[in-house]
Amino acid sequence: MSNPQQLRYSKEHEWLSSAEDGVSTVGITEHAANALGDVVYVQLPEVGDTVTAGETCGELESTKSVSDLYSPVTGEVVAANQDVVDDPSLVNSAPFEGGWLFKVKVTDEPGDLLSADEYTDFAS
Amino acid sequence: MSNAPRLTSLDALHRSLGATMTDFAGWDMPLRYGSERDEHNAVRTRAGLFDLSHMGEITVTGPEAMKALNYALVGNIATIGLGRARYTMICQEDGGIVDDLIVYRLGETEAPEYLVVANAGNAQIVLDAITERAAGFDAEVRDDRDAYALIAVQGPESPGILKSVTDADLDGLKYYAGLPGTVAGVPALIARTGYTGEDGFELFVAPEHAERLWRALTEAGQDAGLVPCGLSCRDTLRLEAGMPLYGHELTTALTPFDAGLGRVVKFEKDGDFVGRKALEAAAEKAEANPPRKLVGLIAEGRRVPRAGFSVVAGGEVVGEVTSGAPSPTLGKPIAIAYVDAAHAAPGTEGVGIDIRGTHEAYEVVALPFYKRQK
Repeated sequence: MSNPQQLRYSKEHEWLSSAEDGVSTVGITEHAANALGDVVYVQLPEVGDTVTAGETCGELESTKSVSDLYSPVTGEVVAANQDVVDDPSLVNSAPFEGGWLFKVKVTDEPGDLLSADEYTDFAS
Repeated sequence: MSNAPRLTSLDALHRSLGATMTDFAGWDMPLRYGSERDEHNAVRTRAGLFDLSHMGEITVTGPEAMKALNYALVGNIATIGLGRARYTMICQEDGGIVDDLIVYRLGETEAPEYLVVANAGNAQIVLDAITERAAGFDAEVRDDRDAYALIAVQGPESPGILKSVTDADLDGLKYYAGLPGTVAGVPALIARTGYTGEDGFELFVAPEHAERLWRALTEAGQDAGLVPCGLSCRDTLRLEAGMPLYGHELTTALTPFDAGLGRVVKFEKDGDFVGRKALEAAAEKAEANPPRKLVGLIAEGRRVPRAGFSVVAGGEVVGEVTSGAPSPTLGKPIAIAYVDAAHAAPGTEGVGIDIRGTHEAYEVVALPFYKRQK
């Protein structure tokens, strides 16, 4: 599996797109999706919620387990992906694309986000 | 003893297939190869191939093998016909369930031989208990865990697949029966048993023959859509089929009567057996004062119940989930739970499960969730 170069990554296995008009997209990595197995339920933060870097903001449930969703950055949620709520398998089939989770207007980001290569090393 | 997990004889093959492995009862076992939902659905509609070599085999032979097992276990071993199998249990003196077992009768009356198959996590305890309980009988108890690999082929296409690699009379092999034969050129005990709710077979073979058998079945099943399957889908398959799992629905704190499986206890059999006295009391108590009942619960929402979650009604805890998972067949989360008799009737209103602080509504149903069309 390969982690897109243009994204940055958290150690909780979320990815973050570069900001457009201050808004970044957040999802979980393919590595995380594979580790979870078939995702069957996704609970996302709601539009207008404030999320904080490193804190939980939702949950992902698979056949065998439930995992907290952590926000990689601090900011205000401006969109949540209703498609993954309706069809959580998108997280497995397209974690970096159609399986994105939410969009956030970033007010602060931690300094320890990883590059694609750093994350690839971290997750291996 | 080393803490390193034990490897089955198919370990290298699983890794070459890209399996996600998991530690299960001290064994490194395939959890899934790809999507566990796809594996589950393959077994329901086509066929799946499982490595179950972690299961614990114990052979009991000798003139009094039957008597020894009748004393050690709660079932009536005397009534198992040659080539037949029986689901039974081994209990403590106090009636608590040590394990659930399948006993295969392999030998003629002149040369008695029984194969006892225990859960991996209990294999040593069961072996020790049977050995101790058989001490007063003219019988020999043998640890055969290393003598067998166990491969299961399960699903509606499994008879056709197996037929293409054996001359054994599969049509004559009934559910819960086993016969010795040759499969893909290797000697095997062919049993029509399983833990999926589907028709299927379990093949006990020498470990050195396991890979050859696995490859032959993979090839034979290719056109029928057979896929390798891990323990994750085995769990959702058995859960849908309402089959109990040791450590979840069955524990030493429960008697077979508590688990709604009092029928496996055969008081009418000859002679004493370990737990008889306590189990007679448990049977009476269950009759007079029904304990919590094992029921099925189907979610109205999408959050998944897990073992240990509380079943609630009217703000009170009325039971506990023993197993829960998203059901691929029903498309909804399901659970098996012990629930107070007052809330255990199918259709009881107002029952929910406490999922991390939120009471999610659940429908009470009778088990199983899924029954195959015959």
